[in-house]
Order: sequence, then C-alpha cells, then structure tokens
Amino acid sequence: MKRIEAVIKPFKLEDVKDALAEIGITGMTVSEVKGYGRQKGHSELYRGAEYVVDFLPKIKMEMVVDDKDVDQVTATIVEAARTGKIGDGKIFVSEIEKIIRIRTGETDNEAI
Amino acid sequence: MKKWLLLALTLLPSLALAEDTPTLDSGDTAWMMMSAALVLLMTPAGLALFYAGMTRSKNVLNTYAMVLSAFVVAFVAWIAAGYSVAFGTASSETLQMFMGGFGNMFLDGIKWNDLSGTYPTYVFVVFQGTFAAITVAIASGSVIERIKFSTWIVFVAIWTIVVYAPITHMVWGGAGAYLFDAGALDFAGGTVVHMNGGLAGLVLAFLVGKRTGYNKVAMKPMSVMLTALGAALLWFGWYGFNGGSAFGANSIAGLAYLTTTLATAVAAITWLVIEWMMFKKPTLLGAASGVVAGLVAITPAAGFVDVGGAMIIGAVGSAVAFFGVAVLKKKLGYDDSLDAFGIHFLAGLWGALATGIFALADQDLLWDGPLKESGDRMGQFMVQLESVLVVGVFTLVGTVIVYYIASALTGGGRVDEETESVGLDEGVHGERGLNI
Repeated sequence: MKRIEAVIKPFKLEDVKDALAEIGITGMTVSEVKGYGRQKGHSELYRGAEYVVDFLPKIKMEMVVDDKDVDQVTATIVEAARTGKIGDGKIFVSEIEKIIRIRTGETDNEAI
Repeated sequence: MKKWLLLALTLLPSLALAEDTPTLDSGDTAWMMMSAALVLLMTPAGLALFYAGMTRSKNVLNTYAMVLSAFVVAFVAWIAAGYSVAFGTASSETLQMFMGGFGNMFLDGIKWNDLSGTYPTYVFVVFQGTFAAITVAIASGSVIERIKFSTWIVFVAIWTIVVYAPITHMVWGGAGAYLFDAGALDFAGGTVVHMNGGLAGLVLAFLVGKRTGYNKVAMKPMSVMLTALGAALLWFGWYGFNGGSAFGANSIAGLAYLTTTLATAVAAITWLVIEWMMFKKPTLLGAASGVVAGLVAITPAAGFVDVGGAMIIGAVGSAVAFFGVAVLKKKLGYDDSLDAFGIHFLAGLWGALATGIFALADQDLLWDGPLKESGDRMGQFMVQLESVLVVGVFTLVGTVIVYYIASALTGGGRVDEETESVGLDEGVHGERGLNI
C-alpha cells in the first residue's frame, strides 16, 4: 500500500479531484499549506512599505492506494494539475505499513 | 378675510423683536443637531475602522478601543471643564487671550433653553465636544500596538482640557482670544483639530518609542477593506464637520459641501496617480489615504474658497501627505504607526496656509483678519503662519507634559515585552478580534 502526497496549485483542486473520481479514487485528505520551490513569492504594498512574501498558498492532497494503482493515480494527478508554469508542485510516494478502518475494524487492502 | 388679517396683526410685534434677540430657527437647529451626530460617527465608526483596519490582527481590538474610549472620555472631560476653557470667558483680559476660564464647568451657568445664535447652546456644546473627541483620537494612531490602555485614557482626559481646549479658545474663542483677534481663518479645524492631533501623535510616538521589530518584522494591516470603509464613513461624517461649521442651514454650509466633496475627490485621484507612477500599483489603502488627506486639507478652507481653490488644496494636500508617509517617515525613522503626523499634521498645515492663499476676498465669507479689513492677502498669510506656529508650539509642549503626567500616574506608558509580543487584544483586553 502506498501513500501519495501531492502538493498542487489551489485552483487545480477541483480538476484533480474530478479526474481521480473518474478512475475510482473516492477518498482523500486535503489541507491548505504554504510553500515555495522555484516559484518566486509576491510582494504587497502598504503606503509605500513593501513586503515580500516568499510563501505561496498551496493545496496538499493525501491518499492511500493499492500498489497496483500507483502509476495510474500519479499520472492522473500530473495531467490534471499541470499548467506548464513554475509552481505546479510535486508528488511524493511513500510506503504505508498498516491501515485500519475505524468503523468496521477492516485492515490493509480491505480498508483502502 | 378677517381671520387672516387678525393673525397678521398678532405677528407684527414678534417681527419687531426678531431684530433685537435671535430666536430659535428650527432649520438651523435641525442641521446643527444632525451635524453633531455626523461628527460623532466619524470617531467610533469612521476613525476606529480606518485605524483598526491598518493594525495587525493581534492588536485590532485595542486600536478600535483606543479610538472609542477617546471619544467617551474626551466628551466627559469636555463637559467637566473643556467647554468652559474653550468657549467660556476668562476673568482677566490676559487670561482670555489663551483660555476661557472655569466658570462653566459642568455647564454651570448655561440653561437648557439658552441659545447660541439660532440654535440651543447645548447643541453647540455637543457639536464642539465631538470635535474635541476626534482630535485626541487622531493621536492614538501614532502609538498603536504598544501604549498602555490606562495611560491612554488618562492622557485623553487631561489633554482635552489642558491642550485641546486652550487651542480651541485661541482660534475660535471669540473676542479677546489671541489668534481669533489676530484674524486667523480656520473654518472647521485645520489647526485646531488636525495639526493639533497629528503633532500630538508624533510627540507620543517619540516618547513611547518605536514598536519592537519596527522596520524588520512584517507589520501588515489586518483588513484594508475595513480601512476603506472607515474612510468612507469619515467622508460622510465630514459633511457635519465642515457643513456644520457654518453654524446654520445656509449657503455657506452649501459652499462647504461643495469644496469638501471636490477637494477630497481630487485628493484621492492624486494619491492614486502618484502611487501608480512611483510604485506601479495603485492601492486601495492609497485611495483611502488620499480621501482622508483631502478631507483634512480642505477643513480649514471649506467655507472660504471656491472651486479652483478646493481642487488645488485637495491635490497638493494629498501630495504633501503622500510625501510625509512614503518618504519623510522612512528618512527620519520615527514610528508614527498610522501616519497621524504624515496625514493629519502635514495636510492640515498645508490647508491652513492655503486658506490664506486661496480664501475669496468676499466680505460675506471672511470672518475677520487682514484680508477682510484691507484686502491684504500677504498679511492674512502671515496671520495663518502665526496661528500655525503658535498652535504647533503649544501642542508640542503641552503633549509632552501631559504624557509624562499620564505615564507617571499609570506606572509607565508602554506595555511590557510579553504583552507587546502576544498582542494587546489578548494581553490587555482578553478578547480576540475574530473567532472563526
């Protein structure tokens, strides 16, 4: 079982969610985060005082999938989230040791 | 036919009396009552939002509270002694030059049905009291996020009586008052309110000291939208501030309406244009600031100038304030946090001097002074300059003294490091600005 973490541009959330729903992924956790990579920040101006803000708002999506689905899921995310401009984000794939569904007690692949 | 004639005959005697004693005019009274309400709106709504919007979130309630409490404390101080010192008549000629004495403390000697001209004296007292309140409230903007709330309240109470009231007396106190006799023209308070409050702010900023982390840490406004809303409310209320300073529902008030609107609109445009050219981005905060700068600049001139004068006063006033805020402040390094000095003092100063330059040589508009007496415009300008210097020095010295007294009475004027770091909303008020 693998965890897929994707940091994407906030306005792309709906597109990615819809694209994933189409391939059968119906659960995920989403958080609002700040970050920067190679995309420069923005500046704000208040009565002549300029503030440069390095951090940009991003969305982080996390989901856990079966090993066999990893490539399809990441490809779907990449296609839906890409704009071609700097700041599109990154996807991280890591190993999950155990899953438990709280309501039923199901574990691992049955709990995905 | 007969009834009509009888009625006309019974009214004849009152026509004879009308020339000797002024009677209550309901139009004037209604207008002055409304004006007082409009000026009240300027403080706990207009100025409070204007200032709070520019404060960091952790201190937003404290800024609002300082402005609101300035109103309520100053008004009580006004009734207690401020009005008497400002508009009373002193026991000696020398004293009368600078203050009106303490004969009308708590409005002693004034009855509810006394008239000031064509409207009740009580209404005049309230109207002037709202002016006193906003003047001191202006100064709060310079020391947000670090002055102790208790020190501020004590400062307000004393300053109203000891600094604001004598200045009001000198400029508006009637015969025997120093600058009034000299013929200084200040229609609605360019010197009395804006230069006064703005300079007091700067003095406080120096005495209380800069905010921790000033010029290093980002200090972003919580909500520019609140500031813009505050500016709009200030503009609305200013019709009472300038319009009510005609002391009647008349053509002079009408003139003040025109000059106030026009100067302010030009000022807002000017600020936007300068910002667009200098920083490539016209900001809403800039537009709101231009609005206030224009309102301040036209205040001393509102009932003395016409279209051309209003436009120039608005444009230059805005440019001068912009310079004060974006250039002067950085060069001199003081932390006049919300630019009370940059906008109120500088635009007020310009307005006061510009009044001498652009006042119409109209016997029905001018109150007094060299321009009215002999068409001496240079002489009038010199009187304006004199009034600006006298008020400036008095405020400077008075504010220093009052701050030290207030600070001594409250065990120091600045909050401790932890409170400043955590924020005054939590540290002083135990409240949170936004609970979402």
